[in-house]
Amino acid sequence: MNCIVCVTSVPDTASVIKIGADGNQIDEGGIKWILSPHDEYALEEALKITEAQGGEVTVVTYGPARAEAVLRDCLARGAHQAVHVIGGEETLGDSFKIAQTLAAILKDREYGLILVGVQSVGTDNSQVGQMLAELLDLPHVAGITSLEVGEGTLNASREVEGGKEIYESPLPALLTCQKGLNEPRYAALKGIMAAKRKPVEKIEPSDIGIDEGAGAAYRLRSLSLPPEKGEGTLLQGEDDPAGAAGNLVKLLREEAKAI
Amino acid sequence: MFIRRDIDLYSVDALLTDEQRMVRDTTRAWVRDRVMPSIEDWAWHERFPTELIAEMGDLDLLGAPYSDFDLPGLDSIGYGLINQELERADSGIRSFVSVQTSLVMYPILQWGSEEQKKRWILELGKGRAIGCFALTEPDFGSNPGGMRTRARRDGKDWILNGEKMWITNGGIADIAVVWARTDDGVRAFLVEKGAKGFSTVDQTGKYSLRVSVTSQLVFEDCRVPASALLPGTSGLKNALACLNQARYGIAWGALGSAMATFEAALDYAGARVQFGGKPIAAHQMVQEKLAWMFDEIIKGQLLAFRMAQLKDQKKLRHEAVSMAKRNNVRVARECARLAREIHGANGIVNEYPIMRHMMNLETVNTYEGTHDIHTLVLGAFLTGYPAFEPPGSS
Ligand SMILES: Cc1cc2nc3c(=O)[nH]c(=O)nc-3n(C[C@H](O)[C@H](O)[C@H](O)COP(=O)(O)OP(=O)(O)OC[C@H]3O[C@@H](n4cnc5c(N)ncnc54)[C@H](O)[C@@H]3O)c2cc1C
Repeated sequence: MNCIVCVTSVPDTASVIKIGADGNQIDEGGIKWILSPHDEYALEEALKITEAQGGEVTVVTYGPARAEAVLRDCLARGAHQAVHVIGGEETLGDSFKIAQTLAAILKDREYGLILVGVQSVGTDNSQVGQMLAELLDLPHVAGITSLEVGEGTLNASREVEGGKEIYESPLPALLTCQKGLNEPRYAALKGIMAAKRKPVEKIEPSDIGIDEGAGAAYRLRSLSLPPEKGEGTLLQGEDDPAGAAGNLVKLLREEAKAI
Repeated sequence: MFIRRDIDLYSVDALLTDEQRMVRDTTRAWVRDRVMPSIEDWAWHERFPTELIAEMGDLDLLGAPYSDFDLPGLDSIGYGLINQELERADSGIRSFVSVQTSLVMYPILQWGSEEQKKRWILELGKGRAIGCFALTEPDFGSNPGGMRTRARRDGKDWILNGEKMWITNGGIADIAVVWARTDDGVRAFLVEKGAKGFSTVDQTGKYSLRVSVTSQLVFEDCRVPASALLPGTSGLKNALACLNQARYGIAWGALGSAMATFEAALDYAGARVQFGGKPIAAHQMVQEKLAWMFDEIIKGQLLAFRMAQLKDQKKLRHEAVSMAKRNNVRVARECARLAREIHGANGIVNEYPIMRHMMNLETVNTYEGTHDIHTLVLGAFLTGYPAFEPPGSS
């Protein structure tokens, strides 16, 4: 069964984020871009399914030129081919536009499953997968942590408050994946060398009828960093420990409202 | 190639191809997930994590620069980067890979018979077999040419007698590449674990390279078949050629260690506040130490890159490898000391990686040709006067 995995390139989770001069984008200088960690679970699951049942894994990204590196990462881990829709700077965070673009790419392809990360680290909207499923008219389960694929159907489960939901769905279907589903593999060095020779199909949004500038469903007005933490209050308790303890309780109750 | 990308002043990262970057990042990610969480514990308990060997095999970290038998065929920079990332974690982990790759797989590929290659290369590359390289003896370290271990013919077989010392992986190896004197000069033999007359004793009590097995190998009338001889070996020069491969990796690896201690020191200096409510990073003397480390690491990296280019062009002279090993290990050793000073008392505890690196580097300074021996190699290259024998000796 062929699987499609939609992936995004995001700042390394260890990056220090700075806001750019225009105030509504991050400063990309010095950022290392990686495969969004949730997408790793989607890719791993697709690789496991095709290894067990045959078929190919195609990874798809909609992103700027630099996003090719994450496609190469996926190819190095074992994906068979990749599709790169080049763009996405203007539509960053616009889940609906992203879903429309992916739908335009995927509508004529042949697949049994589409797997995506539950959300992409950074924008964290958790919307693209579900929107894409609706646009492609596919059944979907979001945030799965286990999956079994049978003949024409699948069983997937997801964690909910205090329990687990188990779904059965016909194929083809779309699943959004998260931690717990599997242990993503590392790219082996031989895979990295082989990735060079695997095909990456390059597509301009206009080739698939997408006008990136039109019909934005979402606009980012401004970004700001969390406020700096203020100076802490230090209570001196050496001379009068009991008094200091009293003060602490008072502050916790009245200022911090913690007790 | 620091972890902190904002300090890549010489854009060293931009010298890498996408594949090289992925090789580095994959190794780095594996080290972060699988080695770093337990490294201090292994070091404390003097334990080499044999359970990771198969994982290294799965990642193709063993034998990475070779392309025979479907090995990855990494270029020299890619191979260097593996060493760098492994030694960023620990010199012992890097040593395991160096020995397996440069000192065991390399001689088998270079001078082995087809049967020997078929029997061992894939097994070693996948981590299903472990190798060691036995050259040093109790009385012959820097001067291996004086070795006493002998192999004499007995019919078609060979009989080995002698003792090898300080052998990395010795006690856990399935196969030992043993260098011995024969009537036709020094040659190498593949001696399998369990061969009659062959025993090993692990060295304990090491303060350095604690995450690595180091052993003594003893051969007492150890009979091996004719097929144990590496047929292409014909002198000590073959052993030295192996060391040259390993030193190449050490020159890159040492920078990994240097970066680890430097970046730890940079972070620590920024966080530790003394005098005037300012971090110690604000003091000129601390800055001088940081600047020295930074400067030397970048210079060492540029040396390593040029060395890699020459290696790929097959123009790398062994003296150039001696120079990079000597320089980069010295830099790493000094970085560990300066980082230790910057960490103050915290520099001596295993909550920080500094002391472990510092102790490891004492081995790295000594093995594969000591710092001073490489000084003599350079001296001989420059002046034409080899000065290995003391003045006045004949
Ligand atoms: C942890 C560890 C792992 C090792 N792994 C291996 C291995 O896997 N396989 C293997 O074969 N060996 C291995 N070795 C051995 C290592 O290669 C030797 O220790 C090294 O060659 C130095 O030899 P030595 O210890 O006998 O020192 P010596 O040769 O006795 O040297 C002692 C000192 O004298 C100096 N010196 C010696 N000759 C001269 C000279 N001509 N001029 C000036 N100074 C000189 C040296 O620089 C050094 O400072 C390992 C060693 C260690 C510590």
